[in-house]
Amino acid sequence: MQRTLALVAMGLISFPALADRMPIPADAPPAFKAECGSCHLAFPPALLSADDWRRVMGGLDKHYGDNATLDEKTRRPIEDFLIRNAGSGRRTMGAGVPPRLTFTDWFRHKHDEVPAAVWKDKQVGSAANCAACHPRAEAGSFSEREIRMPGGYRHEHD
Amino acid sequence: MKHVIPLALLATCGFAAAETPRQIADGYAATQAAGFQPSAQRGGEFYSRKFGVSEKMPACAACHTEQPAQSGRHAITGKDIKPLAPVANADRFTDPAKVEKWFTRNCKEVVGRECSTAEKADFVAFLMEKR
Repeated sequence: MQRTLALVAMGLISFPALADRMPIPADAPPAFKAECGSCHLAFPPALLSADDWRRVMGGLDKHYGDNATLDEKTRRPIEDFLIRNAGSGRRTMGAGVPPRLTFTDWFRHKHDEVPAAVWKDKQVGSAANCAACHPRAEAGSFSEREIRMPGGYRHEHD
Repeated sequence: MKHVIPLALLATCGFAAAETPRQIADGYAATQAAGFQPSAQRGGEFYSRKFGVSEKMPACAACHTEQPAQSGRHAITGKDIKPLAPVANADRFTDPAKVEKWFTRNCKEVVGRECSTAEKADFVAFLMEKR
């Protein structure tokens, strides 16, 4: 019982922090940031499940409308790293096929207050362009205080 | 001592990897018949050509813009892309492995096939002159 309570408490404490701060785990291979962070943010591995990452890394020649082929000696350690640090449970549910972390129930819930006009803004371009509204996304920081939406929309606190 | 040789190799590789855009263009040109000269004009024509293979990336300019000395934007994700022209971004065309990686990916995606070494030589020559 105590153990359960402790786990629940840990969950409550860590959940908001986890949502705000998602730095790249320290065991990332050197190629991770360069290879996965050129065309989009080097996404936090915890936002997709291990099966999703296997699917993503198994089809890099057709990567969401772009060719992202890697040689095997670069690809393999990145896949292993993503699987080691993959998420599970509710956070990764709903990603679909091909998996998109912007389709998960969690992501949609987190962004349900964002006006349609912001998503359509040219500065945003796609939901994968985290840095358009989260200026410190590259540093793994997604704090609500830092949100700057194009067009001057303000984030309203609950 | 066991580690000295791999370290020395690593250091050598690191040193060998840094080149100038000129060296990279010449490296591609060297695979051509004698007398081949990289042409900025041909490279510019190639850069602006609408291949129309990929819907969102019909041409180089789809992401790198018609002004490659300025920042570009990824046509799908919207992420900023640093300028492609060395005049605005000194890191461009200095790492042969990186240059090859991007030619391989982007040629297949945008041109619909691998680019020839002659096309690569011309492409680098064009960007070297771009101001």
